[in-house]
Amino acid sequence: MRSVESLIFEKGAPGRRAATMTAMDVPTEALESMVPASMLRKEPAPLPEVSEIEIVRHYTHLSQRNFGVDTGFYPLGSCTMKYNPKLNEDMAVLPGFAHIHPLQPDSTVQGAIQLIYELEQYLAEISGMARVTLQPSAGAHGELTGLMLIKAYHEHNGQGHRNLVLIPDNAHGTNPASATLADYRSVEVKSDAQTGGIDMEHLKALLDANAANIAAIMMTNPNTLGLFDSKIAEIATLVHEVGGQLYYDGANANAVLGITRPGDMGFDVVHFNLHKTCSTPHGGGGPGAGPIGVKEHLVPFLPGPMPARNEQGYSWEDVGPLSIGKMRANKGNFGVLVRAYTYIRTYGPDGLLHVSQSAILNANYLKHALESDYEIAYPQTCQHEFVATAERQKEEHDVTALDIAKRLLDFGMYAPTVYFPLIVHEAMMIEPTETETRETLDYFVSVMRQIAEEARTNPEIVKTAPHTTPVGRLDQALAARKPNLRWTMGQEGTH
Amino acid sequence: MSYIPNTPEDQQAMLATLGLSSLEELLSPVPENVRLRRALDLPPALAEPDLKRLLGTMAVRNKNLDTTISFLGAGTYDHAVPSVVPHLQHRSEFVTSYTPYQPEVSQGMLQAIYEFQTMVCQITGLDIANASLYDGATALIEAVLLAIGPGGRGEVVISMGVDPQYRRVLHTYAHARGFNVKEVPTRDGVTSVEDLDAAVSATTAAVVIQQPNFFGCIEDMRAIEPIAHKGKAVFVTTITEPASLGMLASPGDYGADIAVGELMSFGNTMSYGGPALGFMAARNKYMRLLPGRLVGQTVEEGGDKRTGYVLTLQTREQHIRRERATSNICTNQSLLAVGATIYMAAIGKQGFRELGELCLQKAHYAFRQITAIPGYSAKFGSLFFDEFVITAPVSSHKLQRHLDQAGIIGGYALHGSYPDMENDILFCVTETRAKEDIDTLVSVLKEVQA
Amino acid sequence: MAKLQHPANLKYSKTDEWVRVDGDQATIGITDYAQDQLGDIVYIELPWDGSQSVSEDGKFGDIESVKATSELISPLSGEIVKVNENLKDTPELINDSPYETGWMFVMKISDPAELDRLMSADEYKAYLEGR
Repeated sequence: MRSVESLIFEKGAPGRRAATMTAMDVPTEALESMVPASMLRKEPAPLPEVSEIEIVRHYTHLSQRNFGVDTGFYPLGSCTMKYNPKLNEDMAVLPGFAHIHPLQPDSTVQGAIQLIYELEQYLAEISGMARVTLQPSAGAHGELTGLMLIKAYHEHNGQGHRNLVLIPDNAHGTNPASATLADYRSVEVKSDAQTGGIDMEHLKALLDANAANIAAIMMTNPNTLGLFDSKIAEIATLVHEVGGQLYYDGANANAVLGITRPGDMGFDVVHFNLHKTCSTPHGGGGPGAGPIGVKEHLVPFLPGPMPARNEQGYSWEDVGPLSIGKMRANKGNFGVLVRAYTYIRTYGPDGLLHVSQSAILNANYLKHALESDYEIAYPQTCQHEFVATAERQKEEHDVTALDIAKRLLDFGMYAPTVYFPLIVHEAMMIEPTETETRETLDYFVSVMRQIAEEARTNPEIVKTAPHTTPVGRLDQALAARKPNLRWTMGQEGTH
Repeated sequence: MSYIPNTPEDQQAMLATLGLSSLEELLSPVPENVRLRRALDLPPALAEPDLKRLLGTMAVRNKNLDTTISFLGAGTYDHAVPSVVPHLQHRSEFVTSYTPYQPEVSQGMLQAIYEFQTMVCQITGLDIANASLYDGATALIEAVLLAIGPGGRGEVVISMGVDPQYRRVLHTYAHARGFNVKEVPTRDGVTSVEDLDAAVSATTAAVVIQQPNFFGCIEDMRAIEPIAHKGKAVFVTTITEPASLGMLASPGDYGADIAVGELMSFGNTMSYGGPALGFMAARNKYMRLLPGRLVGQTVEEGGDKRTGYVLTLQTREQHIRRERATSNICTNQSLLAVGATIYMAAIGKQGFRELGELCLQKAHYAFRQITAIPGYSAKFGSLFFDEFVITAPVSSHKLQRHLDQAGIIGGYALHGSYPDMENDILFCVTETRAKEDIDTLVSVLKEVQA
Repeated sequence: MAKLQHPANLKYSKTDEWVRVDGDQATIGITDYAQDQLGDIVYIELPWDGSQSVSEDGKFGDIESVKATSELISPLSGEIVKVNENLKDTPELINDSPYETGWMFVMKISDPAELDRLMSADEYKAYLEGR
């Protein structure tokens, strides 16, 4: 159903307000005696003047114009849109977790430090690492932290000249971007056309040609094609032999819980995306959390402080003189950590293994069911996600991955990730996660089959989709040509 | 307990469609040499009621600000959250969605962020703002990287009045990226204008001043601005206490180019410092250089041309620019931005000003009362907003202990970040401190003499 | 690919710019293939304040579409004489008419020998086939 919702700035009237402030209960002094006029605001900031009921209806309507995991199937590849448990939400808002100040004396936040301390241990065990910092705010933040650790390690060992990071051609964009921020140069490693894994010959050639300058390789396993690179142990040996370090992008960790561990694969650094693997909600674009796990040799370089425990209880300890410093203010996204902690305690070891097994089953189940109607980029057994393509539909009917994504919206589902990874044309990366029922998966398949049929018999309906969403396709070119990034008084009203 | 809905029977049937009979068979691509052949060493699963008891016990071991009086600020500020905010912010369509790659079904989030971007501009007086960054410290980093430009080399001049944690983060990034940081000392609690003038050269890339600064003092931005702009530097202001914008002149007004800072205290839970809400606002000319997500207004492609919202100018970002990106940010702090938006709508134009006044007046009342106690003195003579530094008659360590015994969380002991400030404490008083809280503090302080 | 136009009277570079020679001057733009690859062009950075020298294979600007950004590389060395101001507000002219109203700048050629290093229309079409 098409509709619009005007902006909050287009609502209300002068003098209206919602929340009231507490009363001024202290004796006051003249403003000028505290701050001279030249340093004061001349005009109040022009925030809206709306009543509470207007606010409630406005944001309730906005939520109704938004699709979340709670609304329906959300198979966004590499994002792991699994169900977000409500128990975790309730734990995060307990006053003892929600209303504590980051600089309170350690003795007054023993429960908080304990939670972080224990979560560190769980993540270290899950990943096969020595220690884990919970400081980074998101995966990309963790990537940068990990690369800085590697850099500090090399510098400490007189290897500061190493300036190259190897990154597979199917890697997520944050990987090379993080490398640049750490002042590294990215070198692309090709994938093997058959296996989808790293092209070993190309890797060996790159390592040979640049041995002295290789700082690290950044990889994820399974990779963004959803395939497990069985050569990982050999890759680790080769990279270590030239003196490089291995970085594990944890975006695909939902496939490995209890099955294999990055530490055992040979990685030196790993980041987690708690908002993916550990069910913390994505919040429409955050917050997340990107903890970093490291092997023993990198521990001295970790950002600080780190949680510690002794007979007196829990405390925060400085890392030491080799620490890279700090990646953000305060200790980390504690509210997110509470949710992840609750999640891990909910499942226990057997449960987490079953999470990954089920995620892998659901993905293979879908892959098999879609094979007859869509080209599958790599036919072999996948992990928790796989890449289908709209190649056939594009060739035969000029219906693209984008069109198919839009048409899915008409059926009450979110679209898979499209046009990523870059190495597959008309890619649709599908990750169902373990929390979907068989019926939902069957429904998705039936809709995808219907869309394939529509591409054959009635392509227009797909190419002009979506039809039933609040708005139709939007003019992206206009948004970029004439950017309107904020409401201004007098601009054309919502219509 | 598990959220996996399919039963073993469901899973067997699904395996059968693949010609398999066990989940283990699906794991064949994982070679034996990396297989974990033991259970993870983690505590066993707990049912929901048991988890509630476990976590409840942990939470209760923390002194929380619902029931404990606190005078802590130092970068994280306690501002009351109206009930309407969490009720709307926690609607699950917001909470459980992700990046609006399909804008047609994400109009709610996109519009809320467009409103956030607008309100950030309204309170800072600048032209454009992004959809959020991780926190105030990393927002400062992003501003510095923007000012320095591609290549990553250059010099940043920063006042020591900027939050010490933010400066620590800046040094961390500077070392990794390869740019220089020059720190300028404070005099009487504010940036020394003479030292700043000496530090800024024609080639300085960015000048960073916090307002109010870490000591709570109000910087003379009108005197600083021409110095910051004497070369080609970008003038960056850092704001950790957004309530100050209700009273003080805005960055747009005093000539800042970019304003960054921390908006978590507007509508969100403090949660031990994270998740936080970094913001960045800037002049129009930086539009194509701004990091992070940007939401733009547009219209439908089709005939009706309804108003809609999309992520725009995406070619700035990592998923397109990859190694040429100047920022790697992907997931940000959207849900907290929604909270801040609802908060700012709820307090509105009038409430925002009142908030500033309450903080200002209550803090100055506390200041007068405390400095009247024999043995306690103001460290600085400079103007302040809602925080001030007191020199106590005993070490801050001793004073904190005494306050703790009285059930009060005192101000922030400064000697950790400024080693020569052994007896100095930074007290913060926001609108959440009732007069009687302040009077209680004063009576406890009176008990502690040299 | 069959629908894209590459006029015979122009010369072409490996980085998808075209050159129209007129005496000792040349007009430069990007090819139909380039604008098609980029998609909807939303923004272009050119040397708006005029007189600037460019060198063969040197960057003269940046172009941005909804889904990509690209550097603009000059096929020749010389002095810029005129820049197409219309592209500031309507960069989409490049999509609509890459060879006419979407021209980017006019320059004075400093080294005519460089022209020999450019491709003819047929050579450029063959080059595209190979990509």
